[in-house]
Amino acid sequence: MSNGQDTKSFFLDDEEIPFEEGQTIIQAALTAGKYIPHLCYHPEFKPHGSCKLCTVRIDSRTITTEDGQTVKIPGRAAASCTTPAQAEQHVESNTPELLDLRRTLVQMLLVEGNHFCPSCEKSGKCMLQGLAYDLGVMSPHFPQYFSKREVDATHPDVLLDFNRCILCELCVRASAEVDKKNVFSLSGRGNTKHLICNSESGKLGDTNLAATDKAANVCPVGVILHKRHGFEVPYGQRRFDTAPISDNPVQYAPVKEQV
Amino acid sequence: MNHPFELETAKNPESLRRIVIEPVSRVEGHGKVTILLDDDNKVHQVRLHIVEFRGFEKFIEGRPYWEVPVLVQRLCGICPVSHHLAASKAMDMIVGAAQLTPTAEKIRRLMHYGQMLQSHALHFFHLSSPDLLFGFDSDVAKRNIVGVAAANPDVAKMGVLLRKFGQEVIRVTSGKRVHGTGSVPGGVNKALTPEERDYLLKDTDQMVAWSRDAVRIIKQLHRANPALYDGFGAVPSTMMSLVGPGGELDFYHGALRAKDKDGETMFDQVSYQGYNSLLTEGVKSWSYMKFPYITALGDENGWYKVGPLSRIQTCDSIPTPLAEEERKEFVAYGAGKPIHGSLGFHWARMIEMLCAAETIRLLLVDEDVLGGDLMVSGPRRQEGIGVIEAPRGTLFHHYRVNDDDVVTYANLIVSTTNNNTAMNVAVREVAKKYLNGRELTEGLLNHIEVAIRCFDPCLSCATHAVGKMPLEISLVDASGTVIDVLTKNESGEIRQIRA
Repeated sequence: MSNGQDTKSFFLDDEEIPFEEGQTIIQAALTAGKYIPHLCYHPEFKPHGSCKLCTVRIDSRTITTEDGQTVKIPGRAAASCTTPAQAEQHVESNTPELLDLRRTLVQMLLVEGNHFCPSCEKSGKCMLQGLAYDLGVMSPHFPQYFSKREVDATHPDVLLDFNRCILCELCVRASAEVDKKNVFSLSGRGNTKHLICNSESGKLGDTNLAATDKAANVCPVGVILHKRHGFEVPYGQRRFDTAPISDNPVQYAPVKEQV
Repeated sequence: MNHPFELETAKNPESLRRIVIEPVSRVEGHGKVTILLDDDNKVHQVRLHIVEFRGFEKFIEGRPYWEVPVLVQRLCGICPVSHHLAASKAMDMIVGAAQLTPTAEKIRRLMHYGQMLQSHALHFFHLSSPDLLFGFDSDVAKRNIVGVAAANPDVAKMGVLLRKFGQEVIRVTSGKRVHGTGSVPGGVNKALTPEERDYLLKDTDQMVAWSRDAVRIIKQLHRANPALYDGFGAVPSTMMSLVGPGGELDFYHGALRAKDKDGETMFDQVSYQGYNSLLTEGVKSWSYMKFPYITALGDENGWYKVGPLSRIQTCDSIPTPLAEEERKEFVAYGAGKPIHGSLGFHWARMIEMLCAAETIRLLLVDEDVLGGDLMVSGPRRQEGIGVIEAPRGTLFHHYRVNDDDVVTYANLIVSTTNNNTAMNVAVREVAKKYLNGRELTEGLLNHIEVAIRCFDPCLSCATHAVGKMPLEISLVDASGTVIDVLTKNESGEIRQIRA
């Protein structure tokens, strides 16, 4: 639907969502206060489309067969962080099928790394944990990988715990796009893919990362940690203690100037 | 008592019948007792085995130091606060926090005394009172907390609510009833709000009153059957604990004091920073739990007891008036000699619970617990040792941390480990006295478990559900043939299967 001027709209789970030209589905949804689960999307960086948590179905159809049966033809699946919003689109996000798939993706991430929430400083403010709770993940379901990964504690102010990396590349994008340092990168393919530091030794301590860099403060999980700070926020005051991750979608929306 | 290692190793085990009590029930964690008997049911060997391997000391290595107080407390589900605080005390040294702020120290003490209250209440009411109230060989179907609730509802209610209050103190100070995060290297992450203080304070008089009642209950039991209570599982031994600078009972901090089996002071005000030379951790091939002893005395004479029975007798006084009154009565009961009967642990434990309730009441009216100055730091160090009196006894945590802030070494001596030899000696005494030459029954075997329970051991620092512990006791003859099996299924039903 169009109002004839700049603002157009589409339908998300049958609810009309306005958008501006150039906005992606997730940007428009979050701006309108509608949460779509995501991990690798960040309002300040170019969309990445890798975690697939924000997958939606677009323009599903219902047809009537010759014998009178009503059959739903699923629309195409697309990452809402990389798909531009279009007027009159019908987008589905909060469906049992998609929620099941998202649960499965989160479970796969949880078993691929070593996510020991009870002793993780990011517990209560971790987006992976927050999503797991929000999606109702009750068990890992899959066998644990138990990958052996050492921490990199060589930097004086920042520690890397690779056990918790979900390969979202937010630190990679932050370092390249905002800090202009290219401290981080991903290396390897398939299940050997992993986060690396761009220094001759491969150690974080030999990079020019500063604790104040965007890359050192953007990790959605517990990989990039500030040294000598742990558990300073009491239970009850942590980010997701008072409200679930989906409760305030606008916090993940792009700021107006960047739209 | 004869030689401490009498009955530890039989001369000809291959020709003896083997009875296994596995798992030992109504204790924390999993252990088993093996008993070797000859054809006349004479006991030749008794061992308490700790069969779980936890490995925490190893996987703490490589972790950042600020994570350790939260990580290491997962060792235990009953007294995690002890590990949380012992690790925090060690890490205080690492971050150069020589003296905590008054608020931080008092919040930690509040947390710790809350834990002492809930753990002692759990042990006495939930785990041990069924034996004490109904008899060691009473109807096993009723010998549990549900049976106590049916026969003595007021006693059961008291136990449940005392424990609940202790856990609430922990929740308010650390964020959660189990495995909170309140204590951090250099201090705490929160103080109390006035509302939280008032919420706890309103119940403290009742908790003190119930704790006094609990002391009365155990005293009555002692007086009703002094022969049993004074002699059962008696283990005359050295006793060790932390004491305050004036020799007073202090669960949170102090220096080491030991008294010998006759009550003579062996050493006093020894800094726990030197624990490594003071104590040696012996090992035996049949147990995952070590056998510490006082180095200077050697493994044969240097083993000792820790926990309530030791603490109440190593200290000179208790800082709270009602508990001090009870301590004096306890000491007077010994008529000039230390009390070593294992059932004396329960009496001492209830005096400590009273002390914890009184201390909580005092701390809650101290304005420092509402303060805002939570953290301190100082010159960074590479080594930290933290020692605390946990509900079950002295707990040692020792860490080394490198320049990259990562732990390179961890050594823990948990309370139950300190009591390993004493527990083994106690079960051998009981086996010798009650099992020798008799036909095997569940009630007789429960005597062994009663002796173990006195020490309130936390065998793996893991919790289990009361009444759901499957148990199988097999009697095997010299040729290896099973001739008698008693089983308890998950619903508590007991069956005897005769071959």
